[in-house]
Amino acid sequence: MTAVSSGPEQAAAGPGGSEVLDRVREFLVGHPTAGADRLAFLRARFDAGLARVDLPPGQGGLGADRDLQAVVEDELRAVGAPEHRPSDNPIGHGMAGPTLRAFGTDEQCRRWLRPLWTGEEAWCQLFSEPGAGSDLAGLATRAVREGDEWVVHGRKVWTSLADRARWALLVARTDPSVPKHRGLTYFVCDMHAAGVEVRPLRQITGETEFNEVVLDGVRIPDTDRVGEVGQGWAVAQGTLMNERVSYTSGTAPRHSGGIGALLAAWHDHPERRTAGLHDRVLSLWVQAEAARLTTARWEQELARGRPGPEGSAIKLEHARLNQEISQVELEVLGDAGLRYPDYSERAPEPVPWTEAAPGWRYLRSRANSIEGGTSEILRTVVGERVLGLPPEPRIDKDVPFSELPR
Amino acid sequence: MTTLAESPPVGDLRYSEVEEDLRAAVRALLDRRAGWQDVLARTETAEPVDRALWRTLAAELGCAALPVAEELGGAGASWREAAVVAEELGRAVAPVPFLGCSVATALLLAVGERDLLAGLAGGDRIVALAVPAASAPGEPLVPLAVDADRISGDVPGVLDAAAADVLLVPAGGALYALDVTDPGVRVTPAVSLDMTRPIADVTLDAATGRRLATGAVVADAVAAAQRIGAVLLAAEQLGVARRCLDEAVAYLRDRHQFGRPLGSFQALKHRAADLAVLITQACAVARYAADCAATGASDLPVAAALAQAHLSPTALRAAQECLQLHGGIGFTWEYVVHLFLKRATSQAIVLGTADRHRAALGELLGVPGPEETS
Ligand SMILES: Cc1cc2nc3c(=O)[nH]c(=O)nc-3n(C[C@H](O)[C@H](O)[C@H](O)COP(=O)(O)OP(=O)(O)OC[C@H]3O[C@@H](n4cnc5c(N)ncnc54)[C@H](O)[C@@H]3O)c2cc1C
Repeated sequence: MTAVSSGPEQAAAGPGGSEVLDRVREFLVGHPTAGADRLAFLRARFDAGLARVDLPPGQGGLGADRDLQAVVEDELRAVGAPEHRPSDNPIGHGMAGPTLRAFGTDEQCRRWLRPLWTGEEAWCQLFSEPGAGSDLAGLATRAVREGDEWVVHGRKVWTSLADRARWALLVARTDPSVPKHRGLTYFVCDMHAAGVEVRPLRQITGETEFNEVVLDGVRIPDTDRVGEVGQGWAVAQGTLMNERVSYTSGTAPRHSGGIGALLAAWHDHPERRTAGLHDRVLSLWVQAEAARLTTARWEQELARGRPGPEGSAIKLEHARLNQEISQVELEVLGDAGLRYPDYSERAPEPVPWTEAAPGWRYLRSRANSIEGGTSEILRTVVGERVLGLPPEPRIDKDVPFSELPR
Repeated sequence: MTTLAESPPVGDLRYSEVEEDLRAAVRALLDRRAGWQDVLARTETAEPVDRALWRTLAAELGCAALPVAEELGGAGASWREAAVVAEELGRAVAPVPFLGCSVATALLLAVGERDLLAGLAGGDRIVALAVPAASAPGEPLVPLAVDADRISGDVPGVLDAAAADVLLVPAGGALYALDVTDPGVRVTPAVSLDMTRPIADVTLDAATGRRLATGAVVADAVAAAQRIGAVLLAAEQLGVARRCLDEAVAYLRDRHQFGRPLGSFQALKHRAADLAVLITQACAVARYAADCAATGASDLPVAAALAQAHLSPTALRAAQECLQLHGGIGFTWEYVVHLFLKRATSQAIVLGTADRHRAALGELLGVPGPEETS
């Protein structure tokens, strides 16, 4: 059980702040940081339950309060411990971890969670297809059972990080004779398996951040199925909820992120200042600060064990703001806003948002309202699940997948 | 230049259980005594402000003096709780002088005046700050002539003055308390765009009163009190915005056209969703401001300006969308929506428009305009 689902009373049953601190200190006695091998240190940290203290013992945690993670981080930072870098494995941390913890077997958790957390094994997400994006349940990749294995044929697109991933979250159709949401099953796919072919796709930044993945007779053992046969939709929904959250988590300090870059540009270019731009910059500051406080409030509610409906709202606003702020930044820059660092085709290196070039930020931000559920789809989610507005009439819900027009 | 590297701590942005209990108590009272039909009917009577309701709020729930210490007759709570009350009053567009009296409370606390506070806390005396309702915190005061403590001049458009018993008047570098029964004081209620919160024009002709404070402290105290007003106004705007969204959503679920509920049409659903997103942000902003006011945080000037800059357009948009999504019924006098539109419109002007607060933020944060250097 995670901190999200446990009430404050249950959380209080886990170790308290001083106990957690003791555990960290004890751990550091056995694992001195001086000259430590990074990977060995991180593995031991996971085994000691100090990866994320709110998770259960055995899954990298201690069953403690979510707030107490800060105790661990502060103490480890103070002694210069090898750094944990979630950005090395964003889909692993943001989606695979939560999905496996919620739907996976104990054996699956044991096999995958530790190397996921240490970053040894990166993950990707094989959901979208040429014919199925927003309408994910319309996907056509087929998985057919043969004894203890499933044989998968299909084509996935826009798969970020497929080129470096060791494992993939895969949704495939296992029964085309039932309505589309009911015929899906969720798997973990070995990206090194025979029949997996990854072809880079170039995006508007020039880079090959995402890929096309062809699955040609890939064999997946039934033990790598996550959830029941036919339950793939429910499991995928769980993954997507986490995706919307993972794009946004962490309360940043004021002026971090794009708004800080915009203010820096404003300061560096007094010659570009006009009254009109001034008001737009300040207006964006207001919106960015509001978004920051919204995330902070949401995290406070999470810590109290009351996840609010803000996840989708936060993602929507984050996308819009990234786009507007980076656009105004180019206008403030003027001449420099006309330049771009490098369009040559290459795999991108993960760089913190504000350290990337302004032109790259502007272009990359256009994806923020598409990846992880488009802003249109998220508005529908907010309208129906948060506000309780009725769904649109649908023609595809009760018809067998095989009879749908495609 | 200050601040780009600084990040002030973020306090608790949630509602505590005590705050939720207070909200429930205020809402129950308002449901009984200030349903929208009552509020609407009252606007066309000789007594647009509901003094009896105000007395109940003050005497029974302690709402008039939440942040005032108990030994001074208050509830010993903080501006956080006051902000929750403001949310509920906004939600009901209740015609009570909460905002004006809260500004007065903050001012009286700042200058250490106890006698007036006691009357204010009990709801027996309504006290208002005699400055134009539209002026932003720290904006230059209306010049008034003072001759041997006799004050003359006009202060147009004063918030909650129509029902006031006492006016707090900054004049000639001092702060005076003027009884409205003084022969030199004339208060003329205006026909106000926001019928549920009328303004009034104050004319002083050699009016006399008690001097409460003198010197530079006066201007600072007035600005600080207006800042508290801005924080509470933001909470009130949050209440208005939420109510507008609730009304709109209820209508979109209920009303059928083209053989389906309106809310199933995506064009309308997405507009409601956008509003919900905006209000989610507004809540965090308003709570941050209330917390800064309660703790006296050094970031309060930023938090108050941020709150106004964010909440004014939010409440206004919520009210305008609410009207549009109701169609013709939304435009009728006999329906609730125009009360919110009018309140949100006045809220966007009272205590400074959003652009003024953005300009203030530019100064506070060190983001200079075209002519300035940093
Ligand atoms: C940078 C990037 C990285 C990505 N990484 C991954 C990844 O790692 N793994 C993965 O599986 N996918 C990934 N995606 C794919 C992404 O999830 C899809 O692109 C997205 O879900 C939209 O699907 P689509 O591209 O097919 O667009 P479509 O679904 O065809 O949508 C086209 C347009 O129509 C709108 N639209 C569609 N349906 C509706 C509706 N019912 N109501 C209103 N509007 C609608 C959409 O909002 C959009 O504007 C990535 C995308 C990007 C841009």
